[in-house]
Amino acid sequence: MRAVDALMECLKAEGVEVVFGLPGGANLPTYDAFYDAGIRHILVRHEAGGGHAAEGYAKATGKVGVAFGTSGPGATNLITPIADAMMDSVPVVFITGQVRTELIGTDGFQEADMLGMTLPIVKHSFMIQHPLEIPRAIHEAFHIARTGRPGPVLVDIPQDLSRAEIPYEPVTDVRLPGYQPTTEGNQKQIRLAAKALANARRPVLYAGGGVVNGNAAQELRDLAMSDRFPVTCTLMALGAFPAPHDQWLGMLGMHGTRAANYAMDEADLIVAIGARFDDRITGKLSEFAPRAKFIHIDIDPAEISKNVPAHIPIVGDAKNILPRLTSEYRALSADRGRLEEWWARIHGWQRQHPLRYEDSADTEVTPQFAIQAIHQATGGEAIVTSDVGQHQMWTAQYYDFPEPRRWINSGGLGTMGFGVPAAMGAAIGVPDRTVVCVAGDGSVQMNAQELATCAQNRIPIKVIILNNGFLGMVRQWQELFWDNRYSQVDLGQYPDFVKLAEAYGCTGVRLTDKTTLVEDLRAAIATDGPVVVDVRVTREANVYPMIAPGQAARDMVG
Amino acid sequence: MGEPGTKDMISLDELEAAGGLMTGRKHILSILVENKPGVLTRVAGLFARRAFNIDTLAVGPTDDPTVSRITLTLDGAVHPIDQVTKQLHKLVNVLKIRDLEPEETLARELALFKLSADGAARAEVMQICEIFRAKIVDVAKRSVVVEITGTTDKIEAFERLVRPFGLIEMARTGEIAISRGRNET
Repeated sequence: MRAVDALMECLKAEGVEVVFGLPGGANLPTYDAFYDAGIRHILVRHEAGGGHAAEGYAKATGKVGVAFGTSGPGATNLITPIADAMMDSVPVVFITGQVRTELIGTDGFQEADMLGMTLPIVKHSFMIQHPLEIPRAIHEAFHIARTGRPGPVLVDIPQDLSRAEIPYEPVTDVRLPGYQPTTEGNQKQIRLAAKALANARRPVLYAGGGVVNGNAAQELRDLAMSDRFPVTCTLMALGAFPAPHDQWLGMLGMHGTRAANYAMDEADLIVAIGARFDDRITGKLSEFAPRAKFIHIDIDPAEISKNVPAHIPIVGDAKNILPRLTSEYRALSADRGRLEEWWARIHGWQRQHPLRYEDSADTEVTPQFAIQAIHQATGGEAIVTSDVGQHQMWTAQYYDFPEPRRWINSGGLGTMGFGVPAAMGAAIGVPDRTVVCVAGDGSVQMNAQELATCAQNRIPIKVIILNNGFLGMVRQWQELFWDNRYSQVDLGQYPDFVKLAEAYGCTGVRLTDKTTLVEDLRAAIATDGPVVVDVRVTREANVYPMIAPGQAARDMVG
Repeated sequence: MGEPGTKDMISLDELEAAGGLMTGRKHILSILVENKPGVLTRVAGLFARRAFNIDTLAVGPTDDPTVSRITLTLDGAVHPIDQVTKQLHKLVNVLKIRDLEPEETLARELALFKLSADGAARAEVMQICEIFRAKIVDVAKRSVVVEITGTTDKIEAFERLVRPFGLIEMARTGEIAISRGRNET
């Protein structure tokens, strides 16, 4: 069969349910194969939309997402999603067309050195040099994307090779001698960690996206509840521990709660699980958690001691390690009373510094209230995606996520324009759950074209724009750190999002009154098909509390 | 510290952090990689991406045609070596990495020196070459080309001695290395 037909067979063998992509010259053969392959293909309007949709699908389902693009600009449009997937460890296989082999290196039409350009932002990549390599490369790409620390894998296929006739035989093994992720976790280290926990008087469990990727939320909960361990999560892990909960401190980091950040600051033992001590978590590194010893559990050994030296490193899969740690800990029958003082201190912070905002005196919608209204209107049960900026932080603060894979956002790369296509992917992956995209009026425009894709395919995402007419987070920083000099942040009231929604074939609604906001949102969300809700919010609201850049957690402001 | 496997508690104060530390010395990494197109780019690209600075780099075949060896040296005073090796291990085409112990390692470099050497200078250069067991591989009217192998220290010592005669140009391979004794590097 043709190599492209073999490619389709490989996708089916990998259980691919949906592909997001856009055809062009170099992948015409591939798209010819799609014509009768029986694999669902969503024709996006921009390859970046397809890439982020594949990420949203992967994050919502835990399966590998797939995005296709043609050579040259089609491929380079995928660079942002690839980098995004790398930073947030999202399993996505990107398959790009390449010009014919005889044209490679000649600056041929729509030629781009995709392999070279993506080297620093892929988990791995394959440049096909012979058609017979295709089935194995595809199979190995999926294997690498999904196992170990997940990530993006690129397969670049020259057009002429994709048309070649090859004998297809299903590939059932992988031959990757240099790729053997450690999953087990050293038993001695686990035992040592249990003892350190039993000896700790001010412990904190600090969970990151690895807990979500590793499907280890239940295991995290079991460990936390084996005693009264306080738990905080990074932006990437929200939902990995159910919120609200007695032992839940809220998110930590730059816009985390004071309770979470102060607890990290005063902790004597921090158990980092699938987290990587990002600068948005640590603030000033030299003053981060100065009294703490660190147990660091991660499937990627390179994360351990990268930013913060670990006292007890444990390399492996959280799902495998956490239950063993819990049972070792239980066997020690530690004195439960020892955490009383610690909890008294934490409760003090929680009472004194809850998340708070000043509500408007009139009908104006404050953005924090808008998030609480969305929570109410969805019963807290939606999958929520977001773009990047103030609205993202407010959602992280005010929408309590009860389960993992409900909160889908771009954390590491911070990609504006992520939310709409990610929602589209999530809605396809989990069709029986409401999918809401909380967006900003700035970032939503960076991939608004996918509303056409949603309208055409009746993908019923509900895009809720917190519209303040600003690039709000940049404005906030200019206000706080740049003497109120608002440089290039005023977006005005353009476009008219209701008309834009309608032009795309979606329903458009504008909401401006907080007194009816919950019911209005409920009605909008209940409307069939894709809906865009333009919520006019306070123009100049700030995200607080905040660890100012380069400052220590204990010096939080706001 | 409590023994693993006993019920002794460990005191948090006794825990020592590992890793992330500068060793302060030169390191020679011997990296076995799959002999496939683009692998060197991946290794070099990783160093660029993580802001690690390679001092020398040498690539060549091994006894196994599917495997190449990259030998690179870098300064442990400015790089956390364990972070470098862990990042390298993440490359799918990297099969094995050895951070070679200086005492158990034979490291050699080849260098070619083009020196201006006429008249009396020539005899002196030849004498230095003899002491260093360097070979003169080309002689012209007013210059010679010298081939020398040895440790980096030796080559640098040679360079210091011959530079005053007029060093026209120099080419060095960067170190390659192999471990002493029966065990594989």
